[in-house]
Parts: sequence; C-alpha cells; structure tokens
Amino acid sequence: MGVFVDKDTKVIVQGITGGTARFHTKQMLEYGTKIVGGTSPKKGGTEVEGVPVFNTVQEAVEATGATASVIYVPAPFAADAIIEATDAELDLVICITEHIPVLDMVKVKRYMEGKKTRLIGPNCPGVITADECKIGIMPGYIHKKGHIGVVSRSGTLTYEAVHQLTEAGYGQTTAVGIGGDPVNGTNFIDVLDAFNKDPETEAVIMIGEIGGTAEEEAAQWVKENMTKPVVGFIGGATAPPGKRMGHAGAIISGGEGTAEAKNRVMKECGIAVAETPSVMGETMIKLLKEKGLAEKCKTH
Amino acid sequence: MNIHEYQAKELLRDFGVKVPRGHVAYSVDEAVEAAEKLGTDVTVVKAQIHAGGRGKAGGVKVAKGLDEVRTYADEILGKVLVTHQTGPEGKEVKRLLIEEGCDIKKEYYIGVVLDRATSRVVLMGSEEGGTEIEEVAAATPEKIFKEVVDPVVGLAPYQARRLAFNMNIPHELINKAVGFMTSLYEAFVAKDCSIAEINPLVTTGDGEVLALDAKLNFDDNALYRHPDIVELRDLDEEDEKEIEASKHDLSYVSLDGNIGCMVNGAGLAMSTMDIIKYYGGDPANFLDVGGGATAEKVTEAFKIILSDPNVKGIFVNIFGGIMKCDVIAEGVVAATKEVGLQIPLVVRLEGTNVDLGKKILNESGLDITPANSMADGAQKIVSLVK
Repeated sequence: MGVFVDKDTKVIVQGITGGTARFHTKQMLEYGTKIVGGTSPKKGGTEVEGVPVFNTVQEAVEATGATASVIYVPAPFAADAIIEATDAELDLVICITEHIPVLDMVKVKRYMEGKKTRLIGPNCPGVITADECKIGIMPGYIHKKGHIGVVSRSGTLTYEAVHQLTEAGYGQTTAVGIGGDPVNGTNFIDVLDAFNKDPETEAVIMIGEIGGTAEEEAAQWVKENMTKPVVGFIGGATAPPGKRMGHAGAIISGGEGTAEAKNRVMKECGIAVAETPSVMGETMIKLLKEKGLAEKCKTH
Repeated sequence: MNIHEYQAKELLRDFGVKVPRGHVAYSVDEAVEAAEKLGTDVTVVKAQIHAGGRGKAGGVKVAKGLDEVRTYADEILGKVLVTHQTGPEGKEVKRLLIEEGCDIKKEYYIGVVLDRATSRVVLMGSEEGGTEIEEVAAATPEKIFKEVVDPVVGLAPYQARRLAFNMNIPHELINKAVGFMTSLYEAFVAKDCSIAEINPLVTTGDGEVLALDAKLNFDDNALYRHPDIVELRDLDEEDEKEIEASKHDLSYVSLDGNIGCMVNGAGLAMSTMDIIKYYGGDPANFLDVGGGATAEKVTEAFKIILSDPNVKGIFVNIFGGIMKCDVIAEGVVAATKEVGLQIPLVVRLEGTNVDLGKKILNESGLDITPANSMADGAQKIVSLVK
C-alpha cells in the first residue's frame, strides 16, 4: 500500500539517455521499480539498462501501458516535459529537475488545471513506497516498510527523518518529496489527505522550511481533517530575511515565511514539533507512545 | 539577481513604463554634466546601491542648480550608506542617478510579485505610497489591493482599471495608470522578474503617472535566457564569497557567526545552521555542496569557508545517499591537506558506506573530530570554538 505509487506502478523515464537519468534508472530497477520505458527525442528504438527508449511520451505510454513518469530533463526543457506527460494522460508525473524558471511553472500549473495528471515536484527527490517502488533519486536502502508517512520540501532532510525512523525500528509507508520550489504540483495538504486515507499509514512526519505559507495552511488542514498524529519540523530558523537558502522557495520576504511563525501555527494546530532535526524520529516515537500506537508501528 | 534603480528604469522605459528622464554618473563631474544635459530647474541626486531605505540614510538629495548638484554628488559618492537593508557595515556608493525633478501630487505603491498560494503572478497596489509596503500591510491591510493574473490571458484591462480605482487614482489619470500597469506586467513576464516594485508611483502636476523609484529582481533560474540582464550584474554589490561559490555551482550565503558549515542539500544545510544555534553557537554561513558532492567541490567549499576571517571552526554534515560516505571522506581528507586546515574540524557522516568513511577519516592522521549525529556534531564544534 502506501500512497501514489506501489509495486504495480509502471513508470517511464523522461530524458532517459542523460547521465543522471541513466544512473538513477539503474538504481530504480535495482530497487524493484517497474521501469517499463524511457523517452529521448530522436533516440527511439534504442535501449538504456535494457529498457526501451521512445521518441515521445505518447508512444511510450501506448507501447508499455505506463501510468507514471519521472522527469530528469534539463531545466530549460522541463516545463515542456511536464506538459507532454500531462497530454499523454499519465496519472502521475514526478519532476526531479531543479532550477526551472518559476514563470514556466506558473504556466504549467495553469495548464494542468482540470486535467487528470498529478504532478509531484519539481526540484524534489521523488516518491518511494518502501520495498515496493522507488521513483526518484533517494537512497533506497534507508527505507523500511512500515506505518509512518513522510512528506517534505527537502531531500536530505527526508533522508535524515527516514534514517532516524528506520534506525529506531519504525518503518515507513511512503516518503513523498514535494520539492523546494515556490510553485509546485502536489502540496502538503494533498499528501496529508492521501496519508489520512491510506489504511497502512498510522502517523505522518511533515518537514517544511522557511518561505511561503504552505506549512501554516497544512497545519490548519491537519487541525480540521487529520485523524492521524502528525510530527512537524521546519528548517531555517536561523536564516536571515531576504536571503534565498539554496531552494528557490526558501526565502523570508515581507515578514512572511519565518520558521517561528510556522512552528507556532503547527503547535496551535496540535502538531508535535521537533525542536531540532536530530529529534524528528524521537519526537515521532514519543508521540506514538502517547497515542498507544508504538507497538503497532514498531516494525523491526 | 538585483540591478540598480537606473538600470531598472531604462529597462522599464523600453516597455513603455513612464519614468523620469535621468542619467547615471560615476563621478562628480559626470553628475554635473548629466544635470546640465537634463536642463531642469530641480535635479535629484540619488545614490545607486542594491538596497532600499536610501533616502532616510542621506542617499537622495534634491538639488536646485548645478552648484548644489556638485555639492551633493561630492557628498554622496564614496559615502557608506547604512540602511535597514544593508546590514550594519553599510554599502559604499559608487554610482549616482541624476534625474529630473518632478512636481509630485501624490505617491502610490505598485508591485508585481509571485503569489505562492495561488501559483500566479499578482499585481498589488495601494494609495499608501512612499513607505515600506510591509508597514502598510501591518498597519492598514485594507489599503492594499490585489489582482491575480491568469498567465494565459495576461493582465486584463478591467483588472488594471479596478486596481486603479481601488487605489483612488484620479479619474482623469485612470487610463494612464492602466497603461502603466499593463507595461509593468509585460516587463515582469518578458524579463522573468521575481519582483517589480514601484514605490512610489506618482501622479504629477502636469498630469503624468510615473515611476519615481523602481526595483527589479530577476529569477536566477531564468537568467540563461536573458543575457542582456546578466550584463547588468554589478559584482561590487555582491558578497565576494557568494560570487566565488556560484562559479563552482555551490549554494553559499554569508552570515555573521564563526562556525563554517558544509552540508549536502538545502534543507539539511539550513537545519545544520539551526542546530548550531540551538546548542549556543553561531553559523558563519549556509553552504549546500549539492547532492553529488565531489572531492573538488569539497575542496572549493573549504576554501570559500576559510576565506571568511571570522571562521574559527568547521562543521561538515553529510548525509551520503547516492553519494557514498567513503568518497566524501576521501574528499574531506584531500581538501583538508590541500588547504592546510589549522582550525577545528568536526565531521558527521551518515549513509552509504558510513563505516568505511569513518575509517578513512580516523586513519588520515589529521586532526578531525568525528561525530555520531547532527546533535553530537553541533555540540562538539560549538565547544571547540568557544
């Protein structure tokens, strides 16, 4: 189970002939992900890691029955790749590419309105349902099957949280990286909603960072709708205003988007806030014990 | 990326946005020459630095006659302006904008920004011009009006009109205001701006609507398609270490503390700063070496961190996912040797091949303090620099 992807998800890799894509195609295949094809204009008919390459997403979908794609194409062409995947009516598109111009994403998001395709990212590590399907660039081996859902704007902080849980014996359902850009496809609320409905998921860690108000909106949603316990962490408490902290979306501007404000709202909404990134796992375990879920969630 | 006011005004003029006539000057003589060319009774001498709050800091003067232009230009050029946006060290003025004075009737505010909540571009306007929009938002939020723009149709004329009416722009100037807003939005989109702020927008005695000030920021991710904008970059306005880091594709932000940080991933890098602060230390920088940190990148990162004289110790915090810990450990060892590191170094490695990585660090013969977790590493580096 888990959310968005599972052992039956058939995936194509857009931009499969690039160096990064080749490397990660191999990694994903080794994890057991059903990579059924790839695309690369003018390279149709060739193979990468034994996977057939097509010229267009449409052809790849028709030939393989894929329902999901992962995008590794360079930033100047990434918006086009998302639109192509949307027009091929895929259920899920995961865009790993970073540095996409934000106005490109404004157009893409507008284009996708009312269409069936769900976009995750861009500028994200991808999605992994432990022991079933890994789509993206995360290290697979740190994930263990279990009952905790993870949703995050940051790649390495997700790994940190997952690692802490796994080390302590608590496996995960799905870890979803929604990406560090100011305009993205799937937001915290979409993922929290999916975890709320997933019978395997018992609790969720939500990892945010400075910039915007997505965490505050998610916290409000949790208060009103979430039936499962949530732990929150926000990176960037010490970041100065007006400076972009690596991620395009990680910036405090006009007094909006501070870690302090996000932590305050999360606490008000009943989310257990981890004081430091070192205790994300601990905070979750403490919360599970309080809720009587620790035994159920302890997996190994 | 930021540009100067005079550059922003030249760019906006090309899009049909009305701005006062003016010229840039790098010296007192050039300033007087520029004022002569303008030939107006009143001339404004404006310091050009990449920060707001210049007026309050004495960087904007109204001159009557060329003698006053000379006096003010002499006074402002070379002066270090300290504003709420420059930090306590301030910024030295190296360029002036010499601009025609105008008969201001009223000041307004117009800004174009990305609204993250709607994923759309938003035009904001207020009749409270001339002050910081954040202050207006805090004191009288009802005086800020917004129009959310559909990227397919662009800014609809009715939206610009509605905004102009809401801002209480006099009826006889509504059409000019609409033209102004339309051109401003077009410039924003055409040049991939991240902010286009006109504060103040003014109406004048002779019935004009024009930009008295202009601030344009650009989306760094889109600069590849705007070589003309890249040309406008003023390296004097940027932190040297940040410029050096960008050459090596490292994401670096300079801070005031004394603990240098080297981390992979933006979220982890931010959190590393946070945890140093949590244990009583002060981070000297944000530095993300990226997902695929190589020995070369690690070396460059060390050099940049060490070029900051305030740095008294370094904390390396790496979660090796795809990148293996032994490779990173080798990079750290090679870099430490190459730069001849003299200050405490704490390294926390986690992830693939972590034991091998730790072994390489231990056997290097170098004075590297290993850490078992982020918390452990942060506590160690904080106590080592005390």
